[in-house]
Amino acid sequence: MSENKQITVRQMRAGQSGKVVRIAGGVGLENRLNSLGIRPGKRITKLSSMFMRGPITIQVDRSQVAIGYGMAGRILVEVEGGKR
Amino acid sequence: MGKSAFFSRLTGTRVIASNYPGTTVGFTKGSLKLGNEMVEVIDVPGTYTLEPTSKAEEVASEMLQSGDLVINVVDATNLERNLYLTLDLLEREVPVVVALNIWDDTKHRGIEIDPAKLEGLLGVPVVPTVAVSGVGIKELVERFPEATSPRSPVRTRDERWAAVGSIVNEVQAITHRHHTWRERLQDVSIDRFTGLPIAFLVLATSFYVVRFIGENLISHVMEPLFDKLWAPLMLELSELLGSSGFWHDVLVGKLFDGEIDFFQSMGVLTTGLFIPLGAVLPYVLAFYFVLGLLEDVGYLPRLAVLLDNLMHRLGLHGYAIIPTMLGLGCCVPAILATRILESRRERLIVATLIAIAIPCAASQAMIIGLVGEQGMQYVVAVYGILFAVWLVLGFVLNHTVRGFSPELLVEIPPYRLPVWRTTLSKLWMRVYGFLREALPIILLAILAISILYTLGVFDAIANFTAPLVSGVFGLPKEAVVAIVVGFLRKDIAIGLLAPLSLSAGQLVIGCVVLTMFFPCIATFVVMARELRLKGLIFAIGVMIIVTLIVGGLLNLVF
Repeated sequence: MSENKQITVRQMRAGQSGKVVRIAGGVGLENRLNSLGIRPGKRITKLSSMFMRGPITIQVDRSQVAIGYGMAGRILVEVEGGKR
Repeated sequence: MGKSAFFSRLTGTRVIASNYPGTTVGFTKGSLKLGNEMVEVIDVPGTYTLEPTSKAEEVASEMLQSGDLVINVVDATNLERNLYLTLDLLEREVPVVVALNIWDDTKHRGIEIDPAKLEGLLGVPVVPTVAVSGVGIKELVERFPEATSPRSPVRTRDERWAAVGSIVNEVQAITHRHHTWRERLQDVSIDRFTGLPIAFLVLATSFYVVRFIGENLISHVMEPLFDKLWAPLMLELSELLGSSGFWHDVLVGKLFDGEIDFFQSMGVLTTGLFIPLGAVLPYVLAFYFVLGLLEDVGYLPRLAVLLDNLMHRLGLHGYAIIPTMLGLGCCVPAILATRILESRRERLIVATLIAIAIPCAASQAMIIGLVGEQGMQYVVAVYGILFAVWLVLGFVLNHTVRGFSPELLVEIPPYRLPVWRTTLSKLWMRVYGFLREALPIILLAILAISILYTLGVFDAIANFTAPLVSGVFGLPKEAVVAIVVGFLRKDIAIGLLAPLSLSAGQLVIGCVVLTMFFPCIATFVVMARELRLKGLIFAIGVMIIVTLIVGGLLNLVF
């Protein structure tokens, strides 16, 4: 585990995992993500993304959640260094 | 997920249960015998939070205020996230019991939970259950009296998550399992490359299967039944009634060359029974069978992800595909299902689109039956035109209705094999619902039509509306009868086009206009309730304008 960098869920590659650092949105967004188990400290894995700014699917714990492109740009993660 | 299946098991009350979040949008009451007492049980929409973000979640939060006991149905395969709500519930002054549901799924997913330990930590009864097969339900009921409200301290959100975290650490052990074929299937169905082709395959197959089942039921079961058994009986009745007169015309209707034509005779006992049972029921059955499978497997939320992009162009997000798919069955549950969407704007747009451009199963059965006789290309034309209207109208509404639509944020359930008992019981509920709602209205409508015909009322209306019907839509002026009847039921309305000897082009126009124009009475009522007066007026206004434009344009083309 060398230098870990912070990127948004949007910028993650499919298959990449990371730890949520911050949700850069309003309280509303924070609450909604929170109720689906997405909150700072959580480890998530990006599963897929659709073309043309489509939604992004991530795995958090044992469930999969689809997130709109805009929201995905406001979830900051610290990716795990190196390959999966 | 699983609360509705749970509720059915608990009370014996049938409710629709599916494998995706948002199946339940209102509440259902049932009752349960507890000792010598009957208690009321209420099924509420699912929520992970008591701070609601949609209309459906609001219903859940509100119902919570009035309960004497909360049965917290927890997804055991997702303990951490579900416990957040549990702790929130425990902080309120209401006794709770916890059902650790989907217990059967934990083992093969490598999850091990210690229910006794969890019970100790929470201070309320915890019982592992499998709602779809009934495991653990009895034990849970027996433990109702032990339910308490252990007066947890009120925590902040972060404190609550921290508490959840430490509980989960103590009671749950996870062993890593390799990808199963089911998980692999899950991956490819939302992959950016393979997802859409799979969706196309799934939808095309679904359509084909619906048609296959529907056609075969009609040609091998319903038509022989009506032609060989019912028609001779009706002919005897016709003779008994003296082959003419008021009662003859009302019950049997017109004869064509001494024979009954089930599409055109218009008697209550001939056309009135044939349309709902002979022509429409097979398709309703076939459609809901296939839809039920898609729902129970858990495919629909994936479709929502794949189509999210397209739906955004229409001012919606992907999850709006779920009410839309339901609309292919019937508009009423579809418009209720718009409650799963977050904003009023989305609900207005999707309800308007469903009411205008999505033909219900009953209409579709009639369209396929009637237009199909002229050639399948005309059926394709009707579907193509309606799809184009759906797209263009959605696009226009997105640019004219004020406000903005939120983004997709939804949990994707794992694929599950359908449990036949629940899938078939759901199918029965929906088919029975169709018969109960449609049959009386159809019989009444046919009765009204034959009386109004005898009184000559329709001729007067037809002359009055001729400029619109003939001038704009290019249909014979008598087609107005179909448009008027369309307000009651669209299936008979489309059936009323049969005696008009229309050209194929006119049939296409007629079917498109009837589908788009005015919702049937049941849809109208549910729209008024869900959209309120302002939304209703908006939707109806859009409907009239769009139907005139599209009908007029088609008249120029055909």
